Amino acid sequence: MGILIDDRSRVLVQGFTGREATFHSEKMLEYGTRLVAGVTPGKGGQVHLGLPVYNTVEAAVRDQAPEVSVIFVPPLAGAEAIMEAAEAGIKLIVCITEGIPVLDMLRAKAWLKKYGAALIGPNTPGVISPGKSKVGIMPGPIHRPGPVGLISRSGTLTYEAVHQLTSLGLGQSTAAGIGGDPVIGLKFVELLEMFKPDPQTEAVVLIGEIGGRAEEQAADYLKESKYPKPVLAYVAGLTAPPGKRLGHAGAIIEGGQGSARDKIRQLAEAGVTIIDNPAHIGRMTAEVLARK
Amino acid sequence: MIIHEYQAKELLRQLAVTVPGGQLAASPAEARQAALDLSSPVILKAQVLSGGRGKAGGILKARTAEEAEVLARSLLARRLVTAQSGPRGLVVRKILVEKALDLKREYYFGLAVDRGCDSLAAIVSRQGGLEIEELARSSPGLIKKIGFTPDEGLKLFQLRQLAYFLELEEVLIKDFIKHLQQLTRFFLDMDLKLLEINPLALTHDGRLVAVDARMEFDDCALVRHPELSSFEEENLENELERKARNFKLNYLKMDGQIGCLVNGAGLAMATMDIIQYFGGSPANFLDIGGGVTEEAVSQAFEILLSDSEVRVALVNIFGGIVRCDLVARGVVRAARKFSLSQPVVVRLEGTNVAEGRKILEESGLPFHFASSLEEAARLAVTLGGQKTWAS
Repeated sequence: MGILIDDRSRVLVQGFTGREATFHSEKMLEYGTRLVAGVTPGKGGQVHLGLPVYNTVEAAVRDQAPEVSVIFVPPLAGAEAIMEAAEAGIKLIVCITEGIPVLDMLRAKAWLKKYGAALIGPNTPGVISPGKSKVGIMPGPIHRPGPVGLISRSGTLTYEAVHQLTSLGLGQSTAAGIGGDPVIGLKFVELLEMFKPDPQTEAVVLIGEIGGRAEEQAADYLKESKYPKPVLAYVAGLTAPPGKRLGHAGAIIEGGQGSARDKIRQLAEAGVTIIDNPAHIGRMTAEVLARK
Repeated sequence: MIIHEYQAKELLRQLAVTVPGGQLAASPAEARQAALDLSSPVILKAQVLSGGRGKAGGILKARTAEEAEVLARSLLARRLVTAQSGPRGLVVRKILVEKALDLKREYYFGLAVDRGCDSLAAIVSRQGGLEIEELARSSPGLIKKIGFTPDEGLKLFQLRQLAYFLELEEVLIKDFIKHLQQLTRFFLDMDLKLLEINPLALTHDGRLVAVDARMEFDDCALVRHPELSSFEEENLENELERKARNFKLNYLKMDGQIGCLVNGAGLAMATMDIIQYFGGSPANFLDIGGGVTEEAVSQAFEILLSDSEVRVALVNIFGGIVRCDLVARGVVRAARKFSLSQPVVVRLEGTNVAEGRKILEESGLPFHFASSLEEAARLAVTLGGQKTWAS
């Protein structure tokens, strides 16, 4: 099982003919992902990597019926690409693009709401359900199918976590990078909700970091929902410099939350097993699963 | 990008928001002249990119021009250590000299991105000034927050809600609303992430004045606003950070002895955390990013090593988009150029790891190899006490 994507998911690539998109589309095809088409405005009608290219997402959806789209376009075109996919009826949008302006993302989120589309990212390595489908840029070979659900705000730290799990023989049901930007699509809460009924997932690992409120919201959710599966968390940034924070607005809005210490405290209070050393993500997950 | 108070106030002035009369001074003599021009008493405000200047002694009152000169000399001569600056503090290069005002009331006004709600927020408080964060915890009733979207903006009735919440006199309401509309438009047009006026003060002669102003622009949107590039040039405080910026590296100087070169912000933070976990202390945060070139890796390594406090370097790469062989070539190039004396611990994993390892081994340079994050961190902390190549 796993969540979000599986071996039947039909995937569209936006920004298909670009250098990065081409490289990673080849890797996704090698992995077995069912790519069905690509979109690059001005290149409609061409064939790229053996797949049809369309000028618009609308046309690609009409002909190829993808349910998932993965976006590799330049930062200033990122929000528009998300809006275009949502408007065309794509239900899951994975936006790899890094550096989309915050106000653009706020506008894109309004479109997602209007069309009922879900977004993973931006600024994410993507989503992988090992052995079934890989929609993103993560190195495929470090993953194995298995019982651990992984949700992470970071890119390479996710690879580190997956590597530790796989090295100990622990595979993953689905590993999702939700992105490190201030404004993102699905967060911990929505994905925890999806992992809850998934029969393959026996434990969920959260990789958080300083800033924002996603970890605090996850803690509230876990407490209220009496979550039925064990959850572990590592939160990066205990030693991170405070940053050149000038204003008070963030602190007023967040009511003093947002530090790694606060997030760790609230997650622990919600019954989450806290991983205090990033080298122990695999080991501690194995211990928790052994106790089950 | 964060800009200085004096720069933010210049932008406010262009938006017809009242700011105190002031002059910028880069020397004690200029501060004296400014005090004479403005007529004393004046306030001297150190222009550094950090909050908490007042508590750090960076904002001083001078009753005479002579006093302004003396105080300016002391401000310009030392580094200002604020709650956010780290123990090394920040160099004060410029002082904003302003006419001291007779304030009747102080409010707070802010526009910001509300990450928790995926919206923008306008915030006002009946009490402004230094203790606003404490106030937000202790007396949330004094603060009003209204969420809005970039496309809808703030409606007129919402602006009225904010104005009447502050219990402003009726004669000020219209002006206040007009200013808020202008500031909101400016915020949206210029891709700001934060615009804050604290305090927004009412003077005894009945004017609303922006006594302090803070603005942060969205780095991702700077390409849309070439007119802001002069601020960017002017404001990079640290030479190493400036160099890093030129190569699109994300570098922040810290106070420890273990220099870190990592790909990805999360892994970079985790690397710093694990160094501390094993009793060491990180010298910097350095994320080389995903689209890095060999030249940029080499520069990154040079930047890391040119920090005189670095006693051991730790390279931690989990190749995804970034290939290990590219990083290895960059590191070797910089190490050769530098003829460095510090030990270097290298941990490579992921894309092209075998090629990367081979390049490092064949370089003949005595790198210390680690096969896991834990081993790398332990080794770096152990070697932190040594000053020469150990193997």
